[in-house]
Formats: sequence, C-alpha cells, structure tokens
Amino acid sequence: MIEIVDLVKEYKTTKALRGIDLVVNSGELFAYLGPNGAGKTTTIRILTGLTRITVGRARLNGHDVAKESLAAKQQYGLVPQHINLDSDLTVFENLLVHGCLHHMPRRSAKQRIDHLLSYIDLSEKRDTLVKHLSGGMKRRVLIARALMHAPKILFLDEPSVGLDANIRRRIWALIKKIQQEGVTIFLTTHYIEEAEFLADRVAFLDQGRIVALDTPQNLMAGIGSWAMDQLVADNMHTLYFHSQEDAKHYAAGLKNGFAIRRVNLEDAFLSLTGKKVI
Amino acid sequence: MMRGWMAVYFREMLILRRRLSRLMIAWAVSPLLYLVAFGYAMGKNVVIQEHSYLEFLIPGLVAMASMTQAFAIGSEINIARFYWHIFEEFQTAPISNAAYVLGEVLAGMTRALLASGLILILGIPFGVLLSYNLFFWLALVLNSLVFASLAVAVAMLIQSHADQALLNSLIITPMAFLGGTFFPLDHLPWWAQKILYLLPLTHAAQAVRASAFGAQPNVVDYLILATIAGLAFLLAILTVNRARD
Repeated sequence: MIEIVDLVKEYKTTKALRGIDLVVNSGELFAYLGPNGAGKTTTIRILTGLTRITVGRARLNGHDVAKESLAAKQQYGLVPQHINLDSDLTVFENLLVHGCLHHMPRRSAKQRIDHLLSYIDLSEKRDTLVKHLSGGMKRRVLIARALMHAPKILFLDEPSVGLDANIRRRIWALIKKIQQEGVTIFLTTHYIEEAEFLADRVAFLDQGRIVALDTPQNLMAGIGSWAMDQLVADNMHTLYFHSQEDAKHYAAGLKNGFAIRRVNLEDAFLSLTGKKVI
Repeated sequence: MMRGWMAVYFREMLILRRRLSRLMIAWAVSPLLYLVAFGYAMGKNVVIQEHSYLEFLIPGLVAMASMTQAFAIGSEINIARFYWHIFEEFQTAPISNAAYVLGEVLAGMTRALLASGLILILGIPFGVLLSYNLFFWLALVLNSLVFASLAVAVAMLIQSHADQALLNSLIITPMAFLGGTFFPLDHLPWWAQKILYLLPLTHAAQAVRASAFGAQPNVVDYLILATIAGLAFLLAILTVNRARD
C-alpha cells in the first residue's frame, strides 16, 4: 500500500507538488497521468527516496520514506524513465549487482535471474553486454532488475516512452502479468491509451495537484460517451455526447471538418484542466 | 545494511575487469614519459639524497599515481551520476551511506594500488629495484584512502562534469607537481616548504620514499595521512545525502 499525505515539494523557484493526498491499495495498478512538468516524476522520486520532502509524509507498506528509508527501500522496485543500466556489463551482471545491493545470497540471485530472464523472454541475452541490446530489450531488463528482489510495490516511470507500438504492447502485457502476481503498481505516463488499458484507477495531475481520481471508466463517463472533434477556423473544438445518435444528430447540420469517436481519458483530462496531456 | 559495500565494490570491480587492459595502458603512459624524459634523459647524472634521480623519482611517481588514480573514482561516480544515472540505483538500494562510501573508496584504492604497482614494474627495465616493504605499502594504502574519500565527497558535492575537471586542474595537478614527487622540498624557500607540508601528498611521498630507500619512516607522516583519511572518509559519508535534490 502507498499512502501520501499532504505532500508538498518546493524547489528554489518552483512548487513541484502542492499538497498531494493519495492512497494506492495493495495489488492495485494505479496510473498517474499528467503533462510534462505536472509533478509525476517528482512524486516517484519522493516515494523512492531520491528527492527530499518539503512538507507532508509518504509511506510504503507502512514504512515512512523519510524516517525509515532503508525499510521503505526494501518494499519497492523502480523502473526509471531513463535507461540507467551499466552498458559495459552484461544483462546477467546488471541483475546480479542489483541482487547484491538488495542483500540477496549469490545462489538465490542467480536462480532469480534465470527465472526473470525467462519471464521477460530474454534468456538468450543473459551474457550479452547491455550496450548491444535494443531499446525495447533494455526496457524489459530494467523491469526485470526492478523485480529482482521480489518487491511488493513497483514504480514505473514512463515505462514505454520512446518505444514503438508493438514493443509498447509487449511491455503492457508484462506489466499486467506482474500485477496478476499481486504486486502493487504505481505507473506514471503521458500515454492516454497506456493508462486506459492498464490502470484500475487513474489520478489526473496538473501543476502539482490531483484534479481528479477515479477509475478510467468513471472519469470518462463524467463527460459523456461520444466526442465530436470539429475544426473551426483552424482550431479544434470538441463536443461531448451521451450517445452516438446525439453526436450524429448534431453533426447532421455540418458539411465537413468533423469526426465522431469514443470518449477517451484525454477528453476527460482536457475537460478538467483545459489542456492536453503532452 | 553495512554489507551493501560489497555490492558497490563488486560492481566497480566488474567494470574495472572489463576495462583493465585499456586502463593499464592509460596508467602507464604518463609515468613512462616522466621516467624517460625526467628520470633517464635529464636526470641521468643527477644524485639526490645519495640515490640516482630515477631511484628518487619512482617513489614520487608511485605516490602521485596512488593519488591521481584514487581521486579518479570521483570522475567515475560523476559519470554514473550525471550521465548514466546509475547512481540512482545505489540511492534506491537499502544500503547505508557509509556502505556506499566504503564500496566506492575501496574501488578507488584498488585502482590506485594497481596503478602504483604498474609503475614499480615499469621501473624494472630502468634498473630500479627498491625496498617495497610493509611501510611502503601502508603509506600507499593511506594515501589512496585519503584521495578516494575526498573524491567521493567531491563527487557528491559538485553539480556538473565541468566542476570535476576544474577541481582536477586546481587541486590535483598542482599537488602532483609540488607534493615532493619530482624534487626534494628542501630545494624550496622555507615558506613554500611550510605550505607544501600541509598537503597530504607531501607526507605520502616522504613516507613512500623513505621506506623504499630502506630508511626508518617518519611516524608523523603516517599519523597525518591516517588523520586526514579518517576526516575525509567522514566527510564523504556526510555528503552522500547532499546528492539528493
């Protein structure tokens, strides 16, 4: 379980988080959605002890991240946004070092590595230097590394950023599989479809505040089921309708420059904040 | 959580093993040039403290190498921190700051002792074989402990690669040339000697040279090095949290 109470983070000139209150339940896949600079990565950095808290507190499975940092660090695995593997080491060596950092006995670490490489379908790359892997393979190794010490919580900071659609789908399947094994997952993303596909609940973050928190279905239902994008004087306007018939009826009077589609999380975010998730 | 130092050291040794042949070439080039240019060509007929200049130079070069290579661990940490972001892997691991510092310091010391040993091997073709006894190695261990600890502290405090390069230019390079490596300090005016005796490398060079010449080493040199090493190690531990934002 992740508990965040009145979390504020101030830098010298900016306020990155302005009072976040949040509980993520055990076994839940929680998505934290927002544009660049909204405070997603800052939240993860605070929860993982990489950044100091200005005000408030955060706990991982009951352990305060500031006061019991070593115990809190044993609770989670982190998949960072950037690929921070040792490129001069092999896949096996990268995972082994992580196991050692988490005090795993050498024999059980080796068994775990073999299991995880099979789990992420990279057994044949065990002794390959990381610098010779593709971007998608490196992402999967990052996930395996985060799972090495069998954490109860997994932080995924933009796990599929920069990957093509096929590989992204593969990563999503892997994330779903991890959740099914009972791991609590905290995911930050600005890919709308990623949050829609994966998350049990979604929080919309804007300028350091949570502006909405619910299931993807409820967030979308709040504005309607169907959307019509209409081009007016080079600007895209979107209108929301409860049924496809209502949308078609409205569009009947228009000649062209419109499209009717299902509502997505981006629409819900846009209607709440007036901006797109970029 | 102190045992986490082994993981930090293990990672550094894996990387060192993979790069060792390239590093050894890099470690050998400068000392070899100093030996040929200063020791063999220029100093062929020079006698200092009843020893040939080559014999005088090699302990100085060894002390200098132990300093520069121990301090070089700071650049490795710097790259891991700012470029590869691998430092975050240590920050998110359940290990204490002391364990992290110990692992990195030992890695720096290992590099330093390997580079020092290489210089002793390079001295053999020049006909230089000195007394490499326990006091000789103790001085090197203490000197490398001083500079590896300082390197970790500096790597935690600086904010960019450029800062690291600046510190090397302002501190390490002058110390390398003025800390008793290439000439005896008693050739300098008294006030300059007073200043240079504040440098740890001066004491390391004196201790290494005395033991290499089979003379009775000065206990004060060892005590000063041990004291600075202790303080530098403590400073390194205290600075680890500064690397968080």
